[in-house]
Amino acid sequence: MTLTLFFFYLFSTVLIASAVMVVASRNPVHSVLFLILAFFNAAGLFLIAGAEFLAMVLVIVYVGAVAVLFLFVVMMLDIDFAKMRKGILQYMPIGAFIGIILFLELVLVAGSWIMLPEIASSSAMPIDNSISNTKALGQVLYTRYVFLFQGAGIILLIAMIGAIVLTLHHKPNVKRQDIADQVARDPKKAVEVVKVKSGEGLQ
Amino acid sequence: MEIEIGHYLVVGAILFTIGVFGIFLNRKNVIIILMSIELILLAVNINFVGFSASLNDIAGQVFALLILTVAAAEAAIGLAILVVFFRNRNSISVDDVNVMKG
Repeated sequence: MTLTLFFFYLFSTVLIASAVMVVASRNPVHSVLFLILAFFNAAGLFLIAGAEFLAMVLVIVYVGAVAVLFLFVVMMLDIDFAKMRKGILQYMPIGAFIGIILFLELVLVAGSWIMLPEIASSSAMPIDNSISNTKALGQVLYTRYVFLFQGAGIILLIAMIGAIVLTLHHKPNVKRQDIADQVARDPKKAVEVVKVKSGEGLQ
Repeated sequence: MEIEIGHYLVVGAILFTIGVFGIFLNRKNVIIILMSIELILLAVNINFVGFSASLNDIAGQVFALLILTVAAAEAAIGLAILVVFFRNRNSISVDDVNVMKG
């Protein structure tokens, strides 16, 4: 067994074990932490496959952003998670049934496909091993797939706007700055000149 | 290339199945369902990267990058909807998502 194969089995074993713990864990905080572990191991698999940029992006985007977002939401919502676990075994049989069928189908597909030799030998965009993976990815991402890249940017923009619009809500009874009100302020209404006689106060 | 493509496909298949199983198992907790969807998308990404390495073609990595984008957007929107839903109903159970039911 070569070292590469050993690390492949190590990463995939930990990946699958932590994925099981994500769905089976009692505490959602533990689920999120196992999800982070799963992403780290998937990044290891990507490294073995030679996709270094994707591995680093997986760590940065998923562990740094998405998993932390999950952690925020899990801790922000005030829910009795122990009560939520009741009746979880109710859906166990149907879930196991569908899961096993799906897995068998996937294994049948993975075990029986044939690749035409001319497809396997001639790839449309061969990986240039003389330059780094990031550079190779950038060379196609900004030229041939530039529209997909722009579309991905638009998707992220829409997601950001949507998330802000959904969660932003103004509480009543809170004083906040009203710029239109400030700009429309008129000195005639705001300032009053009063003649005060000497020796008398102003009521 | 030392790792066969079949290895990646089997890992992806197992991960995908765990994700689908998690959706069925955790009917009371939408957060776990969102995490299961992340696992499913990760399985798809593993397949793409495995094929990219096996066919020596960079296009698979480009598509994996796009899936990563969509997964991040989906998680952000899903969690935002979840927070709004919790604010309204004080629960995150799937059984309570029946407001639009006629």
